[in-house]
Amino acid sequence: MNTENVTAATLVGHGLTSLTALSVSRGEGRPYVSRSGMTTTALQVRALSKAYVQRRTLSGKTISIEALRNVELTLQVDCTLGLVGESGSGKSTLARCMSLLERPDSGEIWLDGKNLLSLKTSELRCARRRIQIIFQDPARALNPRFSAVELVAEPLEVLRWNTAEARRRRALDLMEEVGLSRQWENRLALEFSGGQRQRLAIARALALEPRILVLDEALSALDPPLQAQITKLLLDLKVLHGFSYVLISHDLRLVERAVDEVAVMHQGTIVERDKVREVFAAPRHTATQALLESC
Amino acid sequence: MLRYFTRRLLHGLFLVVGVSLLTFFLLQLAPGDFFAEMRLNPQMTAESVAALRHQYGLDRSVATRYLLWINSVRKGELGFSFAYDSPVASLLWARARNTLMLTLSAMLLSWLIAVPVGLGCGARPGGWSDRLCLGATSSLLAIPDLLLALGLLFLAVRTGWFPTGGMVSPGFDELSGWGKVRDVLSHFCLPVATLVLGTVPVLVRHVRAGVVEVLASPFIRAARAHGIPHRRLVARYALRGAAAPLISLLGLTITTLLSGSLLIEVVMSWPGVGPLLWEAVLARDLYVVVGTVMFSTLFLVGGNMIADALLLAVEPRIRTE
Repeated sequence: MNTENVTAATLVGHGLTSLTALSVSRGEGRPYVSRSGMTTTALQVRALSKAYVQRRTLSGKTISIEALRNVELTLQVDCTLGLVGESGSGKSTLARCMSLLERPDSGEIWLDGKNLLSLKTSELRCARRRIQIIFQDPARALNPRFSAVELVAEPLEVLRWNTAEARRRRALDLMEEVGLSRQWENRLALEFSGGQRQRLAIARALALEPRILVLDEALSALDPPLQAQITKLLLDLKVLHGFSYVLISHDLRLVERAVDEVAVMHQGTIVERDKVREVFAAPRHTATQALLESC
Repeated sequence: MLRYFTRRLLHGLFLVVGVSLLTFFLLQLAPGDFFAEMRLNPQMTAESVAALRHQYGLDRSVATRYLLWINSVRKGELGFSFAYDSPVASLLWARARNTLMLTLSAMLLSWLIAVPVGLGCGARPGGWSDRLCLGATSSLLAIPDLLLALGLLFLAVRTGWFPTGGMVSPGFDELSGWGKVRDVLSHFCLPVATLVLGTVPVLVRHVRAGVVEVLASPFIRAARAHGIPHRRLVARYALRGAAAPLISLLGLTITTLLSGSLLIEVVMSWPGVGPLLWEAVLARDLYVVVGTVMFSTLFLVGGNMIADALLLAVEPRIRTE
């Protein structure tokens, strides 16, 4: 059995639905699936629901808000998906649930043939590295007391990956990949500009070689030229590392440039999903129409 | 960095000079002086008292006396004690050493207890250990230091486990080397325990609050998403994050412990600065009072300088400013 078949069999064994082309990643030997004609499921969200208790009344009754209602979402390998919707539609809740930062009330999240919500804590820690999230404000999302190289190498240190020197070298490589100079390794997070911090956050997320990158309004705080730079960087990195990403944004123009497909959320559920140009050219749902009219 | 320390040093210097001026001039507002009660003695004539006042310079103006005192500080004497008939510095040094021993041991022990306890509580806020700890600290905070000292003294008297006063037992000189250490340590127990019980609740609450605040930060949420385990977040992120306010608190602890120790020393007959200050105030021994206040001020300024240096080492935002 050649390398291609071994890896293909492994991936099929992990529950991936179909596979046509496959290649082995650079350096560290992690296999990744590249799309060439057909698609493979990277992540599947089934009937995900989440409600937040807003307040308790004097009689003891709870008033809750349904943030997610039976959300169904399939993300293909190599796919770039935009998640749009008005404020309070559940985009960020879905992002937090997908990246396992919050536990949904019900539903399933399937990755590598496993329902992540039924995993034990130790298994969950391993699975978590495959879905990484990048937040809107990198200034608050990065520990200001850590140096750049410490920040990028820390997830590898937690995994006890290789030696300290190898981790440092890997971190420096990643910094270079995202456009940060190796000479800035000892700079503290707070000494970088907004765009540079977001690059640092991306490098930190990529250290774990994720399959899925969730960008929760990650480009919203940047000015348009920086947004364009980071979007290009993400697309380049996607080719290099073979991840899929979900871009959550309220900026429809940005979404149009950065993703292939778009899903529209309304009142905690996905109401429309298609190729971005098709959705924007002929919106079917009233929520999508309202969104497009407002921009 | 040098500029930062120079600025802090100048602040400290201004504080020391300001405190010396205030203490000196405020003490003049108090009625009477060391020799006032001598006037009531029928064996002392008014001329004799006036001669004594002249001899010790008390008939000069306040400004002149302050300048004379500054001159004695320059010579390392810190003025002259009327009651002990000796320079204040030599009196103060022996007492200050005892106070420093007591205060520094209490401070070290307090922090050694408070940091792990506060960290444990803050790591799982609302848990049973956190609630237990909050209950215990609330109870201790509600008890005044004096009551705590009296309670411990009562316990020591009833049980006989600890000596109830002083720093050494009678016959200390006849003891062996190890016996002397044990004797001093046993005398240490009560005053240190009182100071620690008074300080630990405040420190635990601050450490806990700092840890809870850091663990609620967005970068902690982001770190969790990167798979950083909770234990590491507490040990590496929370403590480092909470370090800055805690180090600032260190400077304040020194002040609190020093003022607390003065009271405890008097109650527990510890031969420190406390009883010396107490006696000097009652006897209106002006320069001893000024000297002890200056000692406290220097201790406070020194403690704050150490806290500033530590803050500079752990808080990168100060370095980048």
